[in-house]
Amino acid sequence: MNYNWNWWIFFEPSLDGTNTYLTTLFWGLGWTIATALCAFAIALVLGSVVGVGRTAPSPWMQRSATTFVEIFRNIPLLVQMFLWYFVLPEILPRDAGMWMKQLPNAQFYTAVICLGCYHAARVAEVVRAGLESLSKGQKMAGQALGLTLPQTYAYVLLPMAYRIVVPAITSEFLSCTKNTSVALAIGLMELTGAARAMQENSFQIFEAFTAATTLYLALNLVIVFAMRAVEGLAVVPGYGNRRNAVKGR
Amino acid sequence: MLTGFDLQTVINALPYLFFTGMSFTLTLTVLSTIGGILFGTMLAIMRLSRYRAMSAMAAGYVNVLRSLPLVLVIFWFYFLVPFLAQWLTGASSPVRVDPFWSSVITFTLFEACYFCEIVRSGIQSLPKGQSLASQALGMTERQTMIYVVLPQAMRNMLPLFLTQTIILFQDTSLVYVLSITDFLGAAAKIAQRDGRLLEMYVFAAAVYFVISLLASHAARRLQKRVAIIR
Amino acid sequence: MKKLTLSFLAVMMSAATATAQDSGTLAKIAERGEIVVGHRDGSVPFSYYDDQQKPIGYAMDLCAQVVEAVKTKLGKPDIKVSYMPVTGTTRIPLLANGTIDMECGTTTNNADRQKQVTFSTTNFVAGVRILSKKNAPIASMADAKGRTVVTLAGTTSVKVINAANTADGLGLTILSAKDLAEGMLTLETDRAVALIFDDVSIAGAAATSKAPADYQMSTDPLSVEPYGIMLRRNDDAFKSLVNATLEGLYKSGEINAIYDKWFTQPIPPRGINMNFPMSAQLKNVIANPTDDPNPDLYR
Repeated sequence: MNYNWNWWIFFEPSLDGTNTYLTTLFWGLGWTIATALCAFAIALVLGSVVGVGRTAPSPWMQRSATTFVEIFRNIPLLVQMFLWYFVLPEILPRDAGMWMKQLPNAQFYTAVICLGCYHAARVAEVVRAGLESLSKGQKMAGQALGLTLPQTYAYVLLPMAYRIVVPAITSEFLSCTKNTSVALAIGLMELTGAARAMQENSFQIFEAFTAATTLYLALNLVIVFAMRAVEGLAVVPGYGNRRNAVKGR
Repeated sequence: MLTGFDLQTVINALPYLFFTGMSFTLTLTVLSTIGGILFGTMLAIMRLSRYRAMSAMAAGYVNVLRSLPLVLVIFWFYFLVPFLAQWLTGASSPVRVDPFWSSVITFTLFEACYFCEIVRSGIQSLPKGQSLASQALGMTERQTMIYVVLPQAMRNMLPLFLTQTIILFQDTSLVYVLSITDFLGAAAKIAQRDGRLLEMYVFAAAVYFVISLLASHAARRLQKRVAIIR
Repeated sequence: MKKLTLSFLAVMMSAATATAQDSGTLAKIAERGEIVVGHRDGSVPFSYYDDQQKPIGYAMDLCAQVVEAVKTKLGKPDIKVSYMPVTGTTRIPLLANGTIDMECGTTTNNADRQKQVTFSTTNFVAGVRILSKKNAPIASMADAKGRTVVTLAGTTSVKVINAANTADGLGLTILSAKDLAEGMLTLETDRAVALIFDDVSIAGAAATSKAPADYQMSTDPLSVEPYGIMLRRNDDAFKSLVNATLEGLYKSGEINAIYDKWFTQPIPPRGINMNFPMSAQLKNVIANPTDDPNPDLYR
């Protein structure tokens, strides 16, 4: 076969006429980062609420939290993406559905919400594991001091649990960054999508995917280094060995 | 445009969905799990090897693939596998690999990285005394690995393998990006042909959900049964 | 990690260069006893599935003639014919990496693509047009200003739309669907106000949709798209066999029967009639066959 290598392709203008292919790839990287950050913010907040719900004494809260986790963990991400993007607007009232469809950057919002919920389920499991790894005495001590249960969670249990699960949260964030690529199926021009578009329009398959691969590796390294610093700050003195007890995917 | 849930569309599509779609998805899952565990174990042994070059190679492979999104890896391998096959077999032109086998190779090579990490931590979680004891009995390193370390480690890892298999099962839906007819691909084709999005996507989600839920319950029960008391 | 990336690259490069002195498609077919035809799965009526999931269509009929010619030429009537679905994204890589031997669909022959692949004699001339809903009609690119439009990933239309978007400052949001079905779905569910693609294909998509009467197509084509069978580059033996086959059909007039079968008569699986009589441009190509990618020659 005859493949025409052309590494200069990156500096040629892409189809929009103004940006080079390299610029479109960096735009893709930008969308990847933006989507991952926004989605993960949702995941952290929602995941904490659900995680707390799973350890709460009320059976009603436990059951709804468990249902949330089971639903978002047991349906493939791509299927969830389609449900949010194609199915949700159809079951809403017509006007609300039309409004959703005609939002500018609808793909971005859909991807953020979808990834947010998907990772919230995983963060919830991590938070729960963190809470459960604390000794019972902590909760009792908090309540013995006259704190209410919500106060005990807010001031005693959660601050401790968060510091323990930082490594697991890191790996969750890494996987969230990678999962943004699934959004190309609904038309989000994130990094993989940008590389695919470059391949389709310039026919330089290997150059396009090599560039995307390099950018993902670089992004990964940056995140790992940044999070390592956070992990260093978060270590609970004297709690070292128990950290390993909590593992998340 | 979608009024009510048209169950009839789903019923009519069942044979196609399951015989064409689900059978593809399940075969792909099973073969890639087997391949992934075998190759992953090999990678783990390499990673724990005394030989620097060997462990660096395995670590590099695992770290690179684990940094990349599966979608990108799927594109890479789909276009690259024929060249790799040509390179391996020494054929004169790229070897045609059909989409099914191409997917099996992709998922085996990709998921092996995750299986590798499971096996590695499984092996490392065994007390050092185990391998010291077997070496004291005069076993070679290889015998220690095969007769003492791996059987115990595998037992601990069984539930984790099952959990990873469930993830793999869900991940296989991503072959959709290549227009391959797996379960989701089949559902999407009917959805687009008949304009029945709601029914087909909700049904697909429900099927994935039930299978994954049952399997994860099984994994949890397995975990309790195989746990070695220490 | 770096080392591995490098060796990975090295494998890629060596794989690519090792194949530079390819032995040719005909030799490959003879050696393996198999020819692989790449086809689309929803390009009505060129290359799409019937209700038994078998690829059929105008382009498939033309390719079947090529397959016969290959069998005769190699003197091997028992050559196995395999079919492989491709998309706009995968068709060029899969042809280049040897997965398929020729692509029979709706691929435009243009100068850009000739850097990686080549094309047979032109077998259809399409034009890019705009499909929209009658209750929100889009007659020209200007009508779509500021809205979302959808086209097919990896097609020449992407370029046409981008060019118009930049030239006239339309501020369009351009979605790329992976195939015609997904593109039509995007228009159908109002995720986009217009599907912009080759006229014959969008006509087919509208005709086979749930409510064909809801759609309208713009009148002026935005560009001219000569289709050909896509082949690997630098393989004159195979290319001339393909061209000879097509030109034989053109000369004998058999092409008219094949054309009418798919464009002016009811077609499977649902008996829809495309009602798309042969254009003056295509008649011209049939009288004077050419594989030139220059669109101006077809106007």
